[in-house]
Amino acid sequence: MEQKTLFDKVWDAHVVKSVPGGPDVFFIDKHFIHEVTSPVAFLNLETRGNKVLFPERTVATPDHNVPTIDQDKTIKDKLSRMQVEKLRQNCKNHDIELHDLGSDHHGIVHVIGPELGITQPGMTIVCGDSHTSTHGAFGAIAFGIGTSEVEMVFASQCIMQSKPKRMRITVNGELGEGVTSKDIILYIISKISASGGTGYFLEYAGSAIQSLSMEARMTICNMSIEMGARGGLIAPDQTTFDYLEGKDHAPKGEDWDKAVAYWKTLKTDDGAEFDLEYTYDAADIEPMITYGTNPGMGIKVKGNIPTTDGMEGSNKKTYLKSLDYMGFQPGEPIQGKKIDYVFVGSCTNGRIEDIRSVANFVKGKKKADNITAWIVPGSREVERLAIKEGLVEILEEAGFKLRQPGCSACLAMNDDKIPAGKYAVSTSNRNFEGRQGPGARTLLASPLTVAAVAITGEVTDPREV
Amino acid sequence: MAYDKFNVLKSTVVPLSTENVDTDQIIPARFLKATTREGFGDNLFRDWRYDNEGNPKADFVLNDPTYSGKVLVAGKNFGSGSSREHAAWAIYDYGFRCVVSSFFADIFKNNALNIGILPVTISPEFLDEIFAEVEKDPKTEVEVDIEKQTITLLSTGTSESFDINSYKKDNMQNGFDDIDYLLSMKEEILAFEPSRR
Repeated sequence: MEQKTLFDKVWDAHVVKSVPGGPDVFFIDKHFIHEVTSPVAFLNLETRGNKVLFPERTVATPDHNVPTIDQDKTIKDKLSRMQVEKLRQNCKNHDIELHDLGSDHHGIVHVIGPELGITQPGMTIVCGDSHTSTHGAFGAIAFGIGTSEVEMVFASQCIMQSKPKRMRITVNGELGEGVTSKDIILYIISKISASGGTGYFLEYAGSAIQSLSMEARMTICNMSIEMGARGGLIAPDQTTFDYLEGKDHAPKGEDWDKAVAYWKTLKTDDGAEFDLEYTYDAADIEPMITYGTNPGMGIKVKGNIPTTDGMEGSNKKTYLKSLDYMGFQPGEPIQGKKIDYVFVGSCTNGRIEDIRSVANFVKGKKKADNITAWIVPGSREVERLAIKEGLVEILEEAGFKLRQPGCSACLAMNDDKIPAGKYAVSTSNRNFEGRQGPGARTLLASPLTVAAVAITGEVTDPREV
Repeated sequence: MAYDKFNVLKSTVVPLSTENVDTDQIIPARFLKATTREGFGDNLFRDWRYDNEGNPKADFVLNDPTYSGKVLVAGKNFGSGSSREHAAWAIYDYGFRCVVSSFFADIFKNNALNIGILPVTISPEFLDEIFAEVEKDPKTEVEVDIEKQTITLLSTGTSESFDINSYKKDNMQNGFDDIDYLLSMKEEILAFEPSRR
């Protein structure tokens, strides 16, 4: 029998038809939508006189532009309000499950999907959002699509996709103290570069990956796109099954047993081939932070910003443009740089485990005076747990402000913007120019490093606080 | 959405040699609040193109009247980051029909093809040659021929072929999109769906 990778097994089970000389007609099990990338898809669908073919396969929530205060009141920003209202109207008209602002399971789409047990192994999942790759943590093929494709999924539950190549990234060994899954992924991206995964679908494997919780695995898969890969997945195992058991949308009773039996087959066969493989040792990974304007520009917190040695032409020009934007010099250490804001949240690190680790770290300490500290739970469920576990009091005593769920300062579509020229150390996923507000300077790091920065007011290795 | 058919495009180019241009630069998130797809061209490259007061920045290529055309030539890894199709809409709405680079991010490439912008991938050497020629003479033209799958720099005659799958090629040449095809597959999809319950 042919040896197959996990990716091949899941992909091949979803091909309705292969178009000669072209892409596959690729069936989508679950479709998540939000307020920003869906309105034009609904509009075009209606203009053409089409209907949503399988409304029960789409789930909606407004997350990108929603305010993170006063969510019980009318949204002040007119355009944001219109987008959210449009989403409500569209979901009503097309009979789509909506987790609206203020409802029990409102939150960032990539946080609530797993939380509700909608995300399951072996599924294909898409959303008009590149961080859909998050759901790969469950052994699903999950990736971001454009609005034209959102319309395709509405109309046909399929998209036209060419099968990507296969890459496996293996991380073996044990993680050191103070090193988290965010550091693993920032390390990998710094090695492979912001474009090194383009054209591939990733599988993360190895003992260091297997030892991670579901939350930590989601952080890794979430940032697959930051290497240019459409997505990345991790073979489901007992950790996956334990997480899913009992969740609202997870199978129950006999169906559960059947599902688990199938999920156990979802792993790469021994001897299956990948187009490209990388292997790393967990012991080499230290707390990481980015210094530039793409997520591949990462170094150890204790490291120096690379010099321009060996760079030339547009490569060097682009590099210097990036450092100029950040206000950094080639060759200087990053440790000790003064910071103005910290942000804990986003689909990368806005889960309960992230908030626990920050609370645990700052317990009994106070944030530095120069720091404004925002903490934005990824969902209402995360918010509820944070309150129940007493984390909110700890965080507030340390000087953090807890806001309401949403994408918030990760992309600054709402009012949660970092002012021009200011530095933010953020648990989010992108450090692009202006990502957290026009002129804002973003350094990406783990929740632990962010907590350390909040206390000292400058770039700090969390192992040294 | 129907779009213009693409066959042969002969045009001067707008050079943007910066690498890793992400979709947050192409169209910043704060301009994604529309519920229709018109008018995004005004905010194309917004924060590189205008200062905080909305005045054009003289040093940005779109504000330099020397350069114009329907072809954007960009540094490698163009379109990385977010899946926002708004980035492709902004480029199309501004008037570009073709983007040339030595490397494209996947989602952007798909989005571009889906709305009628042709992404043309060329070698790094040819990309450098185009930048050099255009710097010498901004009137330099390229000719993109989708049938032959070639791009030619008319001043030097250098030509390269580019890849596009025959399905997408046919779509581009006829102004079709995937919805037309997928709807024609409806019976097969309905027959397939129960296997995924």
